[in-house]
Amino acid sequence: MTVNAARALSGARTCFVGIGLPSTAANLARHTANPDLVLIYESGTLGSKPTRLPLSIGDGELADTADAVVSVPEIFNYWLQAGRIDVGFLGAAQVDRFANINTTAVDRGPDRPEGRLPGAGGAPEIAANCGRVLMVLRHSTRNFVRKLDFTTTVGHGTGPGDRERLGLRGAGPTAVITDLGILRPDPETAELVLTDLHPGVTAERVRAATGWDLRVAATPVTTAPPTDAELGTLRALKAAGRSAA
Amino acid sequence: MAEIRTLHDAVAELIHDGDTVAMEGFTHLIPFAAAHEVIRQGITDLTLVRMTPDVVYDQLIGAGLVRKLVFSWGGNPGVGSLHRFRDAVENGWPRPLELDEHSHAGMANRYVAGASGLPFAVLRGYRGSDLATRTDTVSTVTCPFTGEELAAVRALNPDVTVIHAQQADRAGNVQLWGLTGVQKEAALAARRVLVTVEEIVETLEPRPRGIVLPGWVVTAVAHVPGGAHPSYAAGYSVRDNDAYAAWDPVSRDRDAFLAWMKDHVYDRSEPR
Repeated sequence: MTVNAARALSGARTCFVGIGLPSTAANLARHTANPDLVLIYESGTLGSKPTRLPLSIGDGELADTADAVVSVPEIFNYWLQAGRIDVGFLGAAQVDRFANINTTAVDRGPDRPEGRLPGAGGAPEIAANCGRVLMVLRHSTRNFVRKLDFTTTVGHGTGPGDRERLGLRGAGPTAVITDLGILRPDPETAELVLTDLHPGVTAERVRAATGWDLRVAATPVTTAPPTDAELGTLRALKAAGRSAA
Repeated sequence: MAEIRTLHDAVAELIHDGDTVAMEGFTHLIPFAAAHEVIRQGITDLTLVRMTPDVVYDQLIGAGLVRKLVFSWGGNPGVGSLHRFRDAVENGWPRPLELDEHSHAGMANRYVAGASGLPFAVLRGYRGSDLATRTDTVSTVTCPFTGEELAAVRALNPDVTVIHAQQADRAGNVQLWGLTGVQKEAALAARRVLVTVEEIVETLEPRPRGIVLPGWVVTAVAHVPGGAHPSYAAGYSVRDNDAYAAWDPVSRDRDAFLAWMKDHVYDRSEPR
């Protein structure tokens, strides 16, 4: 999953990086598929070049290795909102068939309190203002839901034309990379379709882990297995991060 | 000029029951020691403001001192959830917690408006999100030049902003550097400003990426070396990632939390 997420950044110039899995993938990309990738973190770092995985969004390593450190209002207003970032890379708690995201709260049913998630963070405007959006998360029916309990961040809204109607810039989510495969929006309907399977994974298994009736491409592609170089680099980055902690 | 005070006296003089208080810091320079002094003094019914409430806000909420939280992302960075925050929201323990909830871009702009002396800020934000249902401080405004509809977010003007910085001089001029997040805006938006510092120096040497807050916009400075621990102060300390990880099991259990607070906060006192 992480290796495929890193490969998806091939060709991108700038990436606004969410913490967690997206940060792992973006850092791996800078050491493999895209050495010139400019990493931008919402804590205010432009062009971070960490030698190990950052342990949080405000890890000192991100500031120490950056081309510039700016304020948080500047990151969001001048760099993100003005449309200067190619790719936004996000995680999610819940995703629906149009790649909309919930990170706010989950409904636990009648007479039970609402379950609390961390909240929006930077995601609504990252998804609204980047040229395209990549998402990475684990695949289960808890995460891939028929209906979001709350829409924190708009992916493709309710279908084609919705982003334009809302005045959102860019192509929106172009790939959702999971531990089972890759989903991409259908060009006609904007609904996520299973287009890629990781080696050894069946379409049936992915459909069973998805909370809606997931469409499968006519001939799903099998992703190339991680190379020794990719896995070695990922392990080294993780080990360096652990020793820093 | 800012007054140099002990942490005890500065907190007692500047922060009162019912105040709206921003203790800012974006992973870096989080004013833990000042927040612990607020807990020891039992200053209550607070409206707490911060873009990224983390472990120290979990502690203030668990101590029952917080009426309302104004925020955009509440978690334990690099670890997981804030369990005291969740317990307060989901179960009302130890008291119910009212939320005013935004995106990061919205919160950052609310501080900018507050620091600018404007009633609101505009941004391209919140479009299509349900977040507007979680707050009455976001609305829309029409651009008078293009007709475009934009989000409007109400200015944030805390009664008190508390930040931690690396250095101050004896006149109370303050310098911070590294990740400076939204601290400058939060300080300039506030009616009173308390800064805890690693070091009091004779002369402030300008630092790359540094921000200076002149003494005349700062109300009080307290010398509190290590006052950001377990977060960090670039040039003085590194983040204690183990402490953030250790908070997770403590905060999951109400009794473990209370015992931890007794040992690590209530039974420790600042010099007066």
